[in-house]
Amino acid sequence: MSSAKGWKKWLRVARGNPAPATLSSRYIYILPTRYGVLFACILLGLLIGSINYALSLGFVVTFLLAGMAVISMLHTWRNLAYLVIDSRKPAPVFATEDAVFEVIAKDSRQRARFSIAAHFDDTIPTYADIVTAGESPIRLLLPTEKRGWLKAERVTLFTEFPLGLFYAWSYVALDARCMVYPKPATHHLPLPASPDQGAAGVLNSSSGDDDFAGHRAYQLGDSPKRVDWKASSREQGLLTKQFQGEAQSTLWLDWVATPGADNEQRISQLTRWVLDAHGLKHTYSLRIPGIEISPNNGEPHYHRCLEALALMDAT
Amino acid sequence: MAQIKSTHNPGNHDLYWLIASFASVLALHVAYLHNWVSLVMAGFAGWRLMVARNGWVMPRLAILIPITLAAAIGIAVSYHGLFGRDASVALFAIMLSLKLMETHTQRDYIIVIFLGYFLAANAFLFNQSIAMGIFMAVPITLLTATLVGVNHPNGALDWRFKAKTASMLLTQALPLMLIFFVLFPRLPQPLWGVPQDAYSGMTGLSDNMALGNISKLSLSGATAFRVEFQGKPPAKNQLYWRGPVLTTYDGRTWRINSYSINGIGINNIQKDQLPEGLVTTGTVSKYTVTLEPHNKQWLLMLDMPTAIPPEAMITAELQVISKEPVRTRMRYEASSSFNYTLQAAGLSEREQRIDLQLPKNRNPKTLALAESWKNQSPENIVNTALKMYREEPFVYTLSPPPLGENAMDDFLFTTRRGFCEHYSSSFVYLMRAAGVPARVVTGYLGGEINPNDNYMIVRQSDAHAWAEVWLQNRGWVRIDPTGAVSPDRIELGVAESVNDSEALPLLSRRDYPLLRKLYLQWDAVNNGWNQWVLGYNQDRQLQLLRYLTGNNFSWQDLVIALFALVTASLLALSYFLLRSQKIRRDAIQKIYDQFLNKLSKAGLTRYKQEGPVDFSSRAVRRLPAQAKLIVQITDAYTQLRYASKISPAAIKAFKELVNSL
Repeated sequence: MSSAKGWKKWLRVARGNPAPATLSSRYIYILPTRYGVLFACILLGLLIGSINYALSLGFVVTFLLAGMAVISMLHTWRNLAYLVIDSRKPAPVFATEDAVFEVIAKDSRQRARFSIAAHFDDTIPTYADIVTAGESPIRLLLPTEKRGWLKAERVTLFTEFPLGLFYAWSYVALDARCMVYPKPATHHLPLPASPDQGAAGVLNSSSGDDDFAGHRAYQLGDSPKRVDWKASSREQGLLTKQFQGEAQSTLWLDWVATPGADNEQRISQLTRWVLDAHGLKHTYSLRIPGIEISPNNGEPHYHRCLEALALMDAT
Repeated sequence: MAQIKSTHNPGNHDLYWLIASFASVLALHVAYLHNWVSLVMAGFAGWRLMVARNGWVMPRLAILIPITLAAAIGIAVSYHGLFGRDASVALFAIMLSLKLMETHTQRDYIIVIFLGYFLAANAFLFNQSIAMGIFMAVPITLLTATLVGVNHPNGALDWRFKAKTASMLLTQALPLMLIFFVLFPRLPQPLWGVPQDAYSGMTGLSDNMALGNISKLSLSGATAFRVEFQGKPPAKNQLYWRGPVLTTYDGRTWRINSYSINGIGINNIQKDQLPEGLVTTGTVSKYTVTLEPHNKQWLLMLDMPTAIPPEAMITAELQVISKEPVRTRMRYEASSSFNYTLQAAGLSEREQRIDLQLPKNRNPKTLALAESWKNQSPENIVNTALKMYREEPFVYTLSPPPLGENAMDDFLFTTRRGFCEHYSSSFVYLMRAAGVPARVVTGYLGGEINPNDNYMIVRQSDAHAWAEVWLQNRGWVRIDPTGAVSPDRIELGVAESVNDSEALPLLSRRDYPLLRKLYLQWDAVNNGWNQWVLGYNQDRQLQLLRYLTGNNFSWQDLVIALFALVTASLLALSYFLLRSQKIRRDAIQKIYDQFLNKLSKAGLTRYKQEGPVDFSSRAVRRLPAQAKLIVQITDAYTQLRYASKISPAAIKAFKELVNSL
């Protein structure tokens, strides 16, 4: 999505690949802001008044303010020039959540920078100051819609400091992409039964009655007997006590056995199940067309499964 | 680092700055506003502060609109209208204070700041003194600092930083201001007419003289004009600065003859050509006058003017008048001759009638006295009258007693205490009554040489009135009856001729020598200010450039010079802003790299992520023999790297440290 409009699409973009992008002078543009134009009008008024009333000191103030405005242009320009822009690898998010890109602006010229703003096209800018020779992270949010990789759009860095009369800006193409996991299904189908579980004669191993296995947030349909009323009286919210059967068996999350009207719904359902299974510390395995992830548990496994779902070719 | 969304409005810290700037702008204007306007403005600022501090709601439009209307009506009533200079400035000021009541977004703040600059500069309409010019720096700096704060949406900046940034920006703008001030082409004429009241409050000679007018003027220590003479200044008793000539008397007030001002009897003389009827002999004194604005047309010149400025005219009575009232400080060159005869050939019938006119049925005693002199020759009549002033107990005083319906009788026969206008008008009255054509001349007598810059200051307190009588074969002769009563007035000035107890302006008096000396020095500074800053007009501009370059400049040359110099100074500034730090920092980095090289030869390499301090402690462990030096070098490096200012000496010392390793 490149939304550069009109003449701006011809402007240079600093590339953050492979090295961090440096906003050298060829990448910096500067124009007066509308306040700059207003200020010029006020100065013109002062000038005309000074001419008409032959006010020598009126000329002095007019020229002093005009000089200040011109000099503020240099300061605005140098406030942005020679920043080094890098980015961190963004954390994965689920579709429809905001992806958080962290832009690192670093001073390379031994001077403190003030009110450096960054934004994606059509989003609200975020401001940061940078100490001399220091760096500052600027967090930019980008809404997500689809699963898969979300590439960072062109970032605009700008500043109007110190007087707001000039707007200096620069474009940076970040070398960053955010993993967007599929949006989990909202309705809660129980986790599917697996062949081993059937053998153990327990319908749903995740909710056995033998051992207390921890809490999870109360969901509609949970038996009131299992609500931890003591916890809720401690104002921790409604929690459901969870128990596990003794049999630690493998849960198979299989594409073929997943209900759903279309492929995206199935992916969505599988994502929900991966979430639930991970939350319950199950050992689980994911089987989707072309990929089979062997049973395991823990964070890396969890992310591997979600990434496989995010990148699945569902056509 | 704190990060806040940009939609945030300026916080209370910004408001405090805005209110402080506003207060300083108000301080500039307070002397020129009606008190209630200043109070209302301060009230709004206070209200806005309370809104911010106590979390009150901002007033709604339903409240603000009636207040706005009431304020406008108040201004219209106090200032008799809304369109004069004073009224428009007051209206603008009060509207700006009202705007504070609905200021909360960044946009509002910026607009108030911009209008604040505008209002501040408006103060120069009322006062362009050195003090005002210096004080102007306060609101300009405060407003700029506020603007800096408002343009930092992510939290409050340190107040010192704001003040420093604003001062730095303004200081860097000074050279540009100077270039523009000197080279920006000046216009000789205003672009359009200015409001009438723009020039109220100027003092000077009036076109009429009621008894008491001039003694009132004598109480003002204000400067009337300053004069630079080419060559030696004339003697004190020749310093009669000729102003309005008053010929018509109605029993109470002497007036200028409307005839001479309405265009009849006005001569437009060419350069080096004398007015009609004036014959001069001897040397001519040339001088340049810088006249303070007095909102009248008189141009003051020594008796008698022989050359007048090109824009001026001269009447038959030898009053020099400019085409427009003098509303800005005016500089003109003139010359005068002290040996002259005026209208020796005779007076016209009309002139005789005017110069013998007296009010009817007034002052019987005076008329009777003059009647008794009629058999003498005119010269003797003059002498008799002067003898009377000299020998009878007349007193020269600044506070004469009031006079009744027959003012001349009362003065000549009863009170006998008066100031120059009493002596000149009673003298002229006597002469006319005795059949000698006579008239009153007003102007200034004397002046003080300022030894600091060798120019003459003539003050309002030097205002004077004397008489002229017309004598056969001699024409108009100046007679100063005040001199008969108080010769000191003419020889030494007003301060020597009245008792110290009388209320002369402090600086016209003689009893504070140190104060006077300081005053004269201060006046010399003021004169320079007037001549070169306030009086910097087209003439001065071209004169200065001719002096500096030896060339005559056209306005096209001015524009080219302006652009060239502005570009050059901006380039110079850019160089310093964008380069200086980098070069020095690079030098430090290079020296440090040498240090790293030396250590890596000893088998100790700095890791990529390792900070200088961590590396130093590792190096100390590996090379304990060099520990002290390594720590010193690291300290010097970190200090230099984070210092705001780096002296070349510090860099040199750092280099020597590294070399000694």
